[in-house]
Amino acid sequence: MAGRTYPAKPEAVYFFGTCLVDLFYPQAGLSGMKLLRREGLRVVFPKGQTCCGQPAYNNGRFADARAVARQQLRLFPKPIPVVLPSGSCAGMMRKHYPDLFAGTPDEAAARDISERVFELSEFLVHVLKADFTDLGAPVKVAWHGSCHSQREMGVREEPKTLLRGLANVELVELERERECCGFGGTFSVKEPAVSAAMVADKTADIGNTGAETVVSGDCGCLMNITGALEKQQSPVCGRHIAEFLWERTDG
Amino acid sequence: MGDFGKNAEAALASAKLRGNLRRAMDGLMAKRGAQFADADEWSRLRALGTNVRRRSLARLPELLRKLEETCTANAIQVHWAETPAEANQVVLDILRRNGAETVVKGKSMVSEEMHLNGYLEENGVEILETDLGEYVIQLAGETPSHIIMPCIHKNRDEIAKLFEDKIEGAAYTEDPAELTEIARKALRRRFAEAGAGVTGVNFAVAETGTLCLVENEGNGRMSTTLPPVHIAVMGIEKVVESLEDVAPLLSLLTRSATGQGITTYVNMISSPRRADDRDGPREVHLILLDNGRSSIHADADLRPTLQCIRCGACMNHCPVYSRVGGHAYSSVYPGPIGKILMPQISGFACYGDLPGASSLCGACVDVCPVKVPITDILVQLRARLEKTKGLSLGSVAWTGWKIMHASPGLYRLVTRVLGLVGGLIPRCAPLLRAWTRVRAKPRFAPKSLHRLAREGGFDHE
Ligand code: SF4
Repeated sequence: MAGRTYPAKPEAVYFFGTCLVDLFYPQAGLSGMKLLRREGLRVVFPKGQTCCGQPAYNNGRFADARAVARQQLRLFPKPIPVVLPSGSCAGMMRKHYPDLFAGTPDEAAARDISERVFELSEFLVHVLKADFTDLGAPVKVAWHGSCHSQREMGVREEPKTLLRGLANVELVELERERECCGFGGTFSVKEPAVSAAMVADKTADIGNTGAETVVSGDCGCLMNITGALEKQQSPVCGRHIAEFLWERTDG
Repeated sequence: MGDFGKNAEAALASAKLRGNLRRAMDGLMAKRGAQFADADEWSRLRALGTNVRRRSLARLPELLRKLEETCTANAIQVHWAETPAEANQVVLDILRRNGAETVVKGKSMVSEEMHLNGYLEENGVEILETDLGEYVIQLAGETPSHIIMPCIHKNRDEIAKLFEDKIEGAAYTEDPAELTEIARKALRRRFAEAGAGVTGVNFAVAETGTLCLVENEGNGRMSTTLPPVHIAVMGIEKVVESLEDVAPLLSLLTRSATGQGITTYVNMISSPRRADDRDGPREVHLILLDNGRSSIHADADLRPTLQCIRCGACMNHCPVYSRVGGHAYSSVYPGPIGKILMPQISGFACYGDLPGASSLCGACVDVCPVKVPITDILVQLRARLEKTKGLSLGSVAWTGWKIMHASPGLYRLVTRVLGLVGGLIPRCAPLLRAWTRVRAKPRFAPKSLHRLAREGGFDHE
């Protein structure tokens, strides 16, 4: 993100997989960890990790969110970066943890972690200066950035930089690239009609680009978008950016 | 609780409405975007404007007292109203005292808060909207669907038809210039006949006792100069300290609202007609309406709501508003600002569903010229709403969620079980039913990342 100062390449990082990845997209998480390991980092996956607490936080259940987030605060004792394959959960830890724990004994820990949290693609670009050799077949892809990745983490260009760096990948832009896909966590089930209209427009936008694959950095959006594509029996498939990068660069 | 979900569904079913909205919102977004193409200038001006609003709110009681003092010195009569009902009463008293039976009105959202039109009509006063958009809305017997462009949900042929039906002697035309001309003719003579003009106020300047009102059609100028009495209604948060404070706010307001560098008319009203003035009303009244604003002001987490300058940019850029339109909110203020303001001024009983009707995408926060933290306030309101609820299925589910995610061992066990049998959860299960209306069922992975990480030889400490 513009304005953020990035550290030099560390020897080790923590990896926080997020609950959605753990349950539904473990390959995305594993690919992210492999990408980091291939760059020469020791990747530590703390065993006690569960969820960043965002679902409860967004629903105004601050006490529940704090109880769950507190469990995560203990997982990263060493002063090394914490990398997440999700801009949304990274945003929760970076932007909201300090507020959530303000005035509690955990405030310092929350602030410390918020400083060390990075979304995967920004970490690959700014800290590791990763440069990938594309081994995959030519493909046309569209990028969908999650709202929180863009607005809370300020990660807009990094994933596209990575995709453009792949020789056989043609990146096409969505007409309404910055518009929400309609996921929004519980919003998708609380306001199903509006959410459905939003994801219908998003999939139409994707369809209009002629892309074969839609790539995203957040599994919430991915679950929403690919779920809708599948229901529409669209031939377009979805991939998390970590998985996409790993699949094309693993020799 | 309101009916946002149901209204939204109905609105979404209208292809015409969706087309009208999409076109209009795209146009507004493009115009605003062109105004703020220079990112540095935008962020500087925005910081300045935000600072003015925060500073004004920090000194609100003092500035209001000052405003009363300066206005009074300028012979503007100041009235305080705690509730819309009180404000309506004040308006009616002024009209009665002056024997005014007809009123012309310039656009004012505060008067919508008061439901002034209905109130005056019930009391035998004829009130005529003179802003073109509001005029259309009044003819159609509707309420505004947008705070800047009240009839944005209608397209040209709907307006053409409405004019043909409702205005005597109007022939059907879809030409915007001709439509405007028809309205202008119908309205013009009414200004001269009216016993009073009612308008809103964009900003009031405490130091000088000046009321600032922007508009594009000249109807505001006519409503404030032709009738013998001018009544301005204003929310108490609209006061700023000095004239210098107005400049950045005006620029942010008009550029954010309509993509105009400046509006055609900028009215600065600082007194009734003076002895040597050639026109102007005999009396000017300022009604300061609270309507819940004091309690918002007293609450540190919610106070930034009052920073709003009512530019409407948040609705123009909102993926929800731009699909369902303003009427789905059944509220005076729709869109993102409405979602945070309505529950605060009118209560959760009517508007408790609005804070939840957002994906928290933050498109509104991106464009708000005075940095109202809309998403943070939405979450804050959700928290307050949760507190009002007792034990429910939802709260039990959340407690279960918390226990599971605060205990790593239990979490791993449950996720393991879900990986094995989660696929058996039927489509009609709660939450999944709504989800699968337009999406395939999510598939639980047979092996969690926890397991894959361990098997992949990663440090799993
Ligand atoms: S909240 Fe911000 S964007 Fe929305 S109307 Fe108010 S000032 Fe404009």
